[in-house]
Amino acid sequence: MQSKFKQGATQITRLGRKGCDAMEALGRAGVFLGQSAVGIPSREGWRLWLRQMHFVGVLSLAIVLVSGLFIGMVLALQGYTILVDFGAEQALGQMVALSLLRELAPVVAALLFAGRAGSALTAEIGLMKATEQLTSMEMIGVDPLRRVVAPRLWAGFVALPILTVGFSVVGIWGGYLVGVEWLGVFEGSYWSNMQASVSFINDVGNGMIKSLVFAVVVTWIAVFQGYDLVPTSEGISRATTRTVVYSSLAVLGLDFVLTAVMFGGL
Amino acid sequence: MKVNQPMTDVPFIEIEDLYFSRGEHDIFRGVNMTIPQGKVTAIMGPSGTGKTTLLKLIGGQLTPDRGRVLIDGQEVHSLSRKALFALRKRMGMLFQSGALFSDLDVFENVAFPLRVHTDLPDAMIRDLVLLKLQAVGLRGARKLTPAELSGGMARRVALARAVALDPELILYDEPFVGQDPISMGVLVQLIKRLNQALQLTSVVVSHDIKETLSIADYLYLIADGQVVAHGTPQTLDTNQDPRVSQFVHGEPDGPVPFHYPAESFYRDILGHA
Repeated sequence: MQSKFKQGATQITRLGRKGCDAMEALGRAGVFLGQSAVGIPSREGWRLWLRQMHFVGVLSLAIVLVSGLFIGMVLALQGYTILVDFGAEQALGQMVALSLLRELAPVVAALLFAGRAGSALTAEIGLMKATEQLTSMEMIGVDPLRRVVAPRLWAGFVALPILTVGFSVVGIWGGYLVGVEWLGVFEGSYWSNMQASVSFINDVGNGMIKSLVFAVVVTWIAVFQGYDLVPTSEGISRATTRTVVYSSLAVLGLDFVLTAVMFGGL
Repeated sequence: MKVNQPMTDVPFIEIEDLYFSRGEHDIFRGVNMTIPQGKVTAIMGPSGTGKTTLLKLIGGQLTPDRGRVLIDGQEVHSLSRKALFALRKRMGMLFQSGALFSDLDVFENVAFPLRVHTDLPDAMIRDLVLLKLQAVGLRGARKLTPAELSGGMARRVALARAVALDPELILYDEPFVGQDPISMGVLVQLIKRLNQALQLTSVVVSHDIKETLSIADYLYLIADGQVVAHGTPQTLDTNQDPRVSQFVHGEPDGPVPFHYPAESFYRDILGHA
């Protein structure tokens, strides 16, 4: 009886410790974000930011655009098979555009971004930590938060919304290829229904707000995991996995909350 | 009270009653040191005694549990982040691994501190970098990337980078480890010459006795979390303390155990441990 009680107490203690560790990590991550993201960039800072824009933005372009194209094509194909039963295939453009702008473009682009750029950011910063490059930077009198972390954070904040726009545009074009060019939906109704039903503020604007929120969360998770990892090969591997898992869950969870607020009348 | 200090010199670094631990393991238990200005001070001790940790405490990368570290009168661990980085501009540190920036070539690694801390024109930066690289014998390697360098070469590039801004203080973390005899001789000479030419304060952490004794003006020997002896190389060489004698003369048997603390070997082999 006493041993069972002791076991239970140990479990509770362990749970409490895990909770405290999680809260402490969250606090550290908050301070980290504040120290890195706030401040006026120098000329050198802009140069570093541009370099990171290439790394996290331009190099993610191919995977995001190709995914956008296929998702738009699949949406059109699946949408057509359902809409045609109701004689509503003219609404295909509206369906493709709204699905992409409101949901799929922000969410899928963020998930792809987490996998491609987020994991790379974590591994890069982690390896810099493991090889003492961050420490040596500190000892030279250069703050790695300003020099290494800030350009990557801001590049992520800016790049993902732009990638999301690219995803939507290519997705709508993919829907056009399948719906109009292949399945024979009337071109005029594809575009005019889209124009008539898509609201710039409600659909495009809200989609971009989602994308911006995801950009902040995914990039923050990626750089913090890299900066805070245990500087060993196993530590880098674990942190990279954590980046992808935490980012994906955060994106999907936040997407529900944001959708509920933006379109669910909450 | 400061007990372990050379009394004749102006102090540049003062370490007072320093305590530091990692988890349950006490690394320092009341360390006191005074490092004089313009001299080469060596901190020696067996592996695992926390020599590199001590350098990190001096550089403000770690915070002590108790006690304080003063550099030129400034208490390192009570400085703001900005003030600490300003203080670090006056320091250079040679890392054991070199810690070169892997995305920059040799030239840019050495130019890095000059580019971020000065407004010097490119032509002048080029001249200064070439001077530093010439001093370490690697002017011809300036276009190589860190991945193309041997361990010894990386260490020498790191030394050129550490002195790029002509700092007042240089911290050397195991500078002689893994060096071939030629590179070792070059490094010993470099450290000595740099110290004399630039009137630097140098702190060398090492367990290479011969090389360290040849360049150090003053030595501290740490073991069991404390300073066990200090003095000039001559006084340490003749010190009768068994711990000092065992270390200085490289004796395998003595008060400093070779084995990590463990259960009895007999019981362990029988599976009772």
